Amino acid sequence: MTKEYKTITEIAGPLIFLEKTEPVGYGELVHINLPDGTTKRGQVLDTSADIVAVQVFEGTGGLNEESGVVFTGETIKLPVSKDMLGRILSGSGEPLDGGPRIVPEDRVDVNGASMNPYSRKPPEDFIQTGISTIDGTNTLVRGQKLPIFSGSGLPHNEIALQIARQAKVPGSTEDFAVVFAAMGITNEEAQYFMQDFEKTGALERAVVFLNLADDPAVERIITPRLALTAAEYLAYEHDMHVLVILTDITNYCEALRQMGAAREEVPGRRGYPGYMYTDLASLYERAGVIKGRKGSVTQFSILTMPGDDITHPIPDLSGYITEGQIVVSRELHRKGIYPPINVLPSLSRLMNSGIGDGKTRDDHKAVSDQMYAGYAEGRDLRGLVAIVGKEALSERDQRILEFADLFENRFVRQGRDEDRNIEDTLNVAWDILSELPEALLTRVDNKYIEKYHPAHKSN
Amino acid sequence: MKGEIYRVAGPVVTITGIKPKMYDVVHVGHEGLMGEVIRIKGDKATVQVYEDTSGIKPGEPVVNTGMSLSVELGPGLLESIYDGIQRPLKVLQEKMGDFIERGVTANGLDREKNWEFKPVLSAGDSVKGGEIIGVVQETENIEHKIMVPPTVSGTVEEIKSGKFKVDETICTLTNGAEISMMQKWPVRKPRPVNKKFIPNRPLITGQRILDGLFPVAKGGTAAIPGPFGSGKTVTQQQLAKWSDTDIVVYIGCGERGNEMADVLNEFPELQDPKTGRPLMERTVLIANTSNMPVAAREASVYTGITIAEYYRDMGYDVSLMADSSSRWAEAMREISSRLEEMPGEEGYPAYLSARLSEFYERAGVVRSLGGEEGSITVIGAVSPPGGDFSEPVTQNTLRIVKVFWALDAKLAQRRHFPSINWLTSYSLYTQGLSDWFTENVAPDWVPLRDNAMDLLQQESELQEIVQLVGSDALPEDQQLILEICRMIREYFLQQNAFHPVDTYCPFDKQYKLLKAISKYSDMAQAALENGVPMKDILSLGSKDELAKIKFEEDFDGALNTVLTKMDKEFAALGGN
Repeated sequence: MTKEYKTITEIAGPLIFLEKTEPVGYGELVHINLPDGTTKRGQVLDTSADIVAVQVFEGTGGLNEESGVVFTGETIKLPVSKDMLGRILSGSGEPLDGGPRIVPEDRVDVNGASMNPYSRKPPEDFIQTGISTIDGTNTLVRGQKLPIFSGSGLPHNEIALQIARQAKVPGSTEDFAVVFAAMGITNEEAQYFMQDFEKTGALERAVVFLNLADDPAVERIITPRLALTAAEYLAYEHDMHVLVILTDITNYCEALRQMGAAREEVPGRRGYPGYMYTDLASLYERAGVIKGRKGSVTQFSILTMPGDDITHPIPDLSGYITEGQIVVSRELHRKGIYPPINVLPSLSRLMNSGIGDGKTRDDHKAVSDQMYAGYAEGRDLRGLVAIVGKEALSERDQRILEFADLFENRFVRQGRDEDRNIEDTLNVAWDILSELPEALLTRVDNKYIEKYHPAHKSN
Repeated sequence: MKGEIYRVAGPVVTITGIKPKMYDVVHVGHEGLMGEVIRIKGDKATVQVYEDTSGIKPGEPVVNTGMSLSVELGPGLLESIYDGIQRPLKVLQEKMGDFIERGVTANGLDREKNWEFKPVLSAGDSVKGGEIIGVVQETENIEHKIMVPPTVSGTVEEIKSGKFKVDETICTLTNGAEISMMQKWPVRKPRPVNKKFIPNRPLITGQRILDGLFPVAKGGTAAIPGPFGSGKTVTQQQLAKWSDTDIVVYIGCGERGNEMADVLNEFPELQDPKTGRPLMERTVLIANTSNMPVAAREASVYTGITIAEYYRDMGYDVSLMADSSSRWAEAMREISSRLEEMPGEEGYPAYLSARLSEFYERAGVVRSLGGEEGSITVIGAVSPPGGDFSEPVTQNTLRIVKVFWALDAKLAQRRHFPSINWLTSYSLYTQGLSDWFTENVAPDWVPLRDNAMDLLQQESELQEIVQLVGSDALPEDQQLILEICRMIREYFLQQNAFHPVDTYCPFDKQYKLLKAISKYSDMAQAALENGVPMKDILSLGSKDELAKIKFEEDFDGALNTVLTKMDKEFAALGGN
């Protein structure tokens, strides 16, 4: 029989402090029995012979010094099973869909151990998302972590859903699954996701964890860990290719800051805790492929940049950990372009290992570089045109200016259900590149020009 | 002596009941997790633990080893891949699978392997600390020199020859000291040297913007700061691959797991341009990714530089890449905040600056205790939050290092790689290395380079005018400057790390390439003065062809073709 302690001496925000306990392990799971009969859960944050600090996941509302505290003697574990597919669970892993509890095949520590870099297989399998700005210029590969950096009011959810619907490895029929973790998003947004999952039949291949805006903020700290634990289980024990969508990382970080403040820690930049980099890394780094195992975990997180500021600590630290970022642009959105992905600040660090002959097409890298260079210069010229007028531009510059418009309207813009395969994407790219004089295509080898340039290809 | 745990708060554990010294390594808990004493107060001591502390309880036992954190130095370091506290990742994988569990110890050096030891001394010779007593062929091209530990000296009583394991005695001194091929050294203490010199030879990297415009000397220090996505890691890896040093120590400190996997995958495949052998044979990798324990991340940088010093003492040129020093500083910040220390700027501990300078000061060209001349070049990546160079880690680093390679997100966005900004970067070695360049590259290399720098400076001023009035409004000679600068930027400065030929550019090729651009510049200027219209000069075919010769296998052949064509084309332009 586990002992129940009634020695709470202080309750502060989401934290409780207890005195005179038997030795308690760091990180242990804690049950708190309230006087009204309900039970809350928490985790040990600091333990010494004299005092123990516990963070309570469901919030400390209703707690008083009469509440009983039971230490379970183990760290937080998630019951996992293949039957989780198709289920909707709360942010702390309880069923929300009225179904039975998960019958566990195993119980796994939610913090996960860090993968030995020596065991990692460098990701290199091209994932086709059907979106040109991703496939063509910021290619996603299996095992990558590539977040969407967005802002309030931008269609990042639609983009994420389109990716979840369309993502596939061309020519592959392997098992895949989607793990979706909502952290502090609104009920409306959650329903939007759920409806789309149901409509497209994706739900039966998905595990959903929902922590909504009115759920306790502390719970948000474990929600992504539960999701990643489920994902790792499906990937490494059941050989599935798992796409994890975490939304919204910003809410997660807010919860982290809230906890830090409650613990009276020395704050770092903008009040976020100094260990936020390490903490975020412990989430993002749980993506990858292991040598000799079939499954993989690919992460596609959504992050709304406060004030569209990419230097804000949340996107900034994320960008240093993730393998690139897809940046959603307000400017393109205002122009009515969907998906409004601005390729210039976007980046996929693993692109080079996922493209080229045998994976996508031999000209892929050259085409991508050429379009980047052209579009970057074209956008600069727009600034110049605003001052001196279009007439003052040289012939060459005018062509580049037109290229930038073409790029946005033909390459970036596509339908919400338009699933372009990589051939289509690269062909669109060549169509617009052919509007430039050939002498300007300095980044493309002549052999590709001869092979793919519409002017040469036809004859 | 045994003590017990008093308190656990994340990676910081307070112990009681024993009296350790500062920086002693202790084993805490039933699982014996490794940690290091970082504060002593009354009967309690604070320990930073290198492994995850979940489930560890107050009251669990603590054992003091009485030694400070040390690395094992000896044959077998090369080709190894370690975590931050010198545990070989391969051994960890064999012991516990694909995920790193805790409480596993592993020796830095393989105890089972036999090495062929050849003595260079014989009985009766007197030796002092740091002197070489024999050699071991560690890899095909690296001869590992076995040295007397720095604190030992005496007269050789017996010295053996043949195959031995690293911990077997190979030499005894008359005073009873026994010497094996392995020695231990505490990582936080620099290995002693005889004398330090001023660096006067360049580190040749095969990267045009680095060698050409902002060279670093062997034994010097350089920093690469840049926002994410600007190419820090690619630049660091290029340096690790192509630098003309004997030994490379690459520290992946708090960086991405997949990136490390890529390095681990790629290095054994790549060839050393000098010897044609796999690059891995001269490399020691230290991989402590961002999700591995933060205290081990703090230690990883010291582990790396101690290994570098050991090879330097044998007389080798060593280069050390730390990617990224910001993650190291953050690890210090994290531990400092857990200790509830008074924070300095932006929450970093007040000793940040001191730690950074201590670290970079371990670089240099030295004469070792044994009389060998070796060097360590330290190249640290810095990841400033938001790309803001005014933050403490960048600023404190810049106060120490002599070379600054400023990465620029704007350049990266337009796919100008390496995206090193030529206006804000600097090298304080340029003057000191001039003699070497004049002698070894070409007599006119220095003026050629200075002229290119000068033009790029002019370009930035002209660009401001262009932004206001458009380029057509400039006089023709200035338009020509803009064009020459575009050529310098695109033909010379841009370099494709992923192109099989362009990834490494020898000095001779760098010189010829810049010379060719300069030749076009001179001829164009002359033609302009002779009244040839600007657009004719700009539309020469040879100019566009110059863009692609850096990718040619037969560079000299391609260059000659282009130069001959250029002569013809200019001759045909004529003028009055």
